[in-house]
Amino acid sequence: MTLDAVLFFVFGGIAVAAAVALILLRHPIHSALALIVVMAALAVLYLLQGAEFVAAVQIIVYAGAIMVLFVFVIMLLNAAREERTNLSRAARYLGVPVAVLLTAELAYLVWHASSANPSQAAGRTDVTRPLALMLFRDFVFPFELTSIVILIAILGALVLARKEP
Amino acid sequence: MLVLEHLWIILALPLLGAALNGLFGARWPKRWVDAVAVGSTGAAMLAALELWREFASLPAAQVPWVKSYFPWMVAGSFRADFALQVDQLAIVMLLVVTGVGWLIHIYATGYMAGQGGYYRFFAFLNLFMFFMLLLAMAANFSLLFVGWEGVGLCSYLLIGFYFLRQSAADAGKKAFIVNRIGDFGFLLAIFLIFRTFGTTDFGPVFTAVGQQPAENSFGVITAIALLLFAGAVGKSAQLPLYVWLPDAMEGPTPVSALIHAATMVAAGVYMVARCGDIFVHAPAAMTVVAVTGCLTAFYAATIGLVQTDIKRVLAYSTISQLGYMFLACGVGAFAMGIFHLMTHAFFKALLFLAAGSAIHALAGEQDLRRMGGLRAKIPWTYRTMLMGTLAIAGAPLFSGFFSKDAILWQAYASGHTALWLLALAAALLTAFYMFRLVFLAFHGAPRFEEHAVHLHESPPNMIAPLVVLAVLSVAGGWMAAPVLWGGPNYFEEYLAPVFTRAATVAPRLMPAGEQAHALELLMTGVAVAMAAVGFFVAWWFYIRQPQRPDKLAEQFRAPYTLLLNKYYVDELYGALFVRPLAWLSDQVLWQWADVKLIDGAVNGLAATARDLGGSLRRMQSGNTRSYAAWVILGAAAITTFVYLLVR
Amino acid sequence: MPASWYLALSAILFGLGVVGFVFKRNIITIFMSIELMLNAVNLALVAFSRQLGELQGQVFVFFVIVVAAAEAAVGLAIILLIARNRQSLNVEDVDLLKL
Repeated sequence: MTLDAVLFFVFGGIAVAAAVALILLRHPIHSALALIVVMAALAVLYLLQGAEFVAAVQIIVYAGAIMVLFVFVIMLLNAAREERTNLSRAARYLGVPVAVLLTAELAYLVWHASSANPSQAAGRTDVTRPLALMLFRDFVFPFELTSIVILIAILGALVLARKEP
Repeated sequence: MLVLEHLWIILALPLLGAALNGLFGARWPKRWVDAVAVGSTGAAMLAALELWREFASLPAAQVPWVKSYFPWMVAGSFRADFALQVDQLAIVMLLVVTGVGWLIHIYATGYMAGQGGYYRFFAFLNLFMFFMLLLAMAANFSLLFVGWEGVGLCSYLLIGFYFLRQSAADAGKKAFIVNRIGDFGFLLAIFLIFRTFGTTDFGPVFTAVGQQPAENSFGVITAIALLLFAGAVGKSAQLPLYVWLPDAMEGPTPVSALIHAATMVAAGVYMVARCGDIFVHAPAAMTVVAVTGCLTAFYAATIGLVQTDIKRVLAYSTISQLGYMFLACGVGAFAMGIFHLMTHAFFKALLFLAAGSAIHALAGEQDLRRMGGLRAKIPWTYRTMLMGTLAIAGAPLFSGFFSKDAILWQAYASGHTALWLLALAAALLTAFYMFRLVFLAFHGAPRFEEHAVHLHESPPNMIAPLVVLAVLSVAGGWMAAPVLWGGPNYFEEYLAPVFTRAATVAPRLMPAGEQAHALELLMTGVAVAMAAVGFFVAWWFYIRQPQRPDKLAEQFRAPYTLLLNKYYVDELYGALFVRPLAWLSDQVLWQWADVKLIDGAVNGLAATARDLGGSLRRMQSGNTRSYAAWVILGAAAITTFVYLLVR
Repeated sequence: MPASWYLALSAILFGLGVVGFVFKRNIITIFMSIELMLNAVNLALVAFSRQLGELQGQVFVFFVIVVAAAEAAVGLAIILLIARNRQSLNVEDVDLLKL
């Protein structure tokens, strides 16, 4: 077992376990914390694949900003514990099998897709620089657009959430 | 060679008149409408006269003269041009139609004065002239059919001129529908002609027919001839499709004169004569034509004996005389049929117009039982009517004498003795009922309230045409007079080039010779004697012993009622055809096919869409989680599909 | 590790996100499940990028994160409004769009 494989299984397992916890835990704040764990585990997995910039962005932006926003909102709204209710019959007999089916199919499909191409050697050590060049050269237009997207999101959030004057 | 090159002028003039009066006449004063209507018809008549003059100088090789103005229908191998042709037959028709038509237009300016829709009347009348002239000048069957249908349309419009009256509207419909039955036969004939000869142009078709021997069994040509005759039966009101013509008397009297006496109903005769080449190659069809004509002549005359409406008597008389024309064509004497067509146009138009003058004088009274003693009060009407009656009865030297006797002689000479006898009997009846009409209307004591009615002679614009037509009724046959002393019939000679081909095939008439001539004179004498008998009986019944007819009617009540009710044919048709069809239309086609099937299908589609929408609506429950579930289900379905594809 | 393992893991995480999306009743938790699905997709993108040796995968991840941020901002604002108006964070109380 290479270090690669060990780390993959450990952090992959942590990610899955945290995801399961997100579903099973009843208090939203617990779910939010579980999601942060998932993101952290994913960041390690990105690092394992040599995508260090993405890993950094994941931690800083996703886990560090977005999830904090989630926690803020949960605290603000005083979200309470969910009550345990029984799943409806439709949900129990139809929903779970469908979800399992969906997952299995997706797994098969992506496995099938990737087995066709043998994986290349993960040769690059220097990822950030070419990534930046690509971002600011080939994808400069979408890049600028995202800034407008964020502007719109800010404006939208401001307008929606303000108190009526 | 102006008109010969531009034949369309003759058509365009009445059409222009119709358009002007139709579009603008509603706002014009009466004299403008009159000017346009009478002027356009008069101009057409002048053009026809000029055409006659120009045609006379054409060499024989160029007859028939055909001018094609533009390609009308071109579809694959089928081609029909807007082509007009002129030969002697067409000239005769043109002169009769424009001449008599012009006189009737003038008369109508007096008769229709002050009536509502005045401009509309003349617009339709001019339109009729256009279609009738188109019919006469068409150079192929397709164009002829256009004229055929067009005159039927105008007939419908004019019969139903007083459309606010239910009986008039019904009569118009009846005329059009009964005509339609004949037209169906005509159309089938045209299809057969195209299928057999590849074209509908007269020239090629008649040439092709001429090259074939006469059919002795039922073949294509016989079928074509019979179907063509079916069309003529409808248009010219022969048995069994005559029922529309008496009802057509609902229209104004000038219409009855022009359309239902002089011209449109003669279109069938013209068509049979024009297709003489086809008919002579189908002896069976010729027999059918002759028998039908003869039977109709006699049958209609019997009904006319007892009718009480002055216009109905004349209507049945028209049917009867048309029968004579078909009898002539059926025995191969096409020229004589056309001759009678011409003389009949003169005296029948005259009779109708004079009757109209009498009706006008009596402020609308049409019942013979309420007339009488008009002779002194409206002398010009009486004199002209008398001329017309003498002509139709076949009084010697009048126009009807020459044409009717020619037909009787041809029937006898070609060996159709039974037909000759029947036609002779019809002649007797004709003389009788026509003089009955005159005696009842003009002689004796007045049977109406003299003080209630302002009896006056008609104005000059109504009397003048009567006089002209009376002159024509007297002298119109004199071109055949030389026959009396063994000379030629100039009319027949004039038309001979049209029928030369037919003449070689048709069972020809007895050769001329002294013996034949003497026999012909004898026959003429017999016919005149018959007419005299008819006259005498009428005089006895209505002048000498006026109470006799009523007593006879009492004695022979059953036959009298049968005749008075026109053999109950209308009732028979109603029960046999009209009511079942009406039931079919109402119960089957409407209630079932339309309401249940078609409406059901359309409404059913709508109901299905609505129900589908209703069931799909339940997806929009407002429950967000169910929405989410639907989204996931959809995604799962697509993924499964892709999965199966990749597999 | 070959990329297919990472992709399988991505599929599993996505499926778990779906389950959470369908079965949870708290709006915020549902939203977090959506974020989980987005993360799973990011993982798949990075795995493919590594396998194909292209960097466009990672650029795509960048954009996904940006959009996720914008979406989270607006979405939470809406949730705030819903909580204020319906006085509840239960998704079953958001049912006024019934036909």
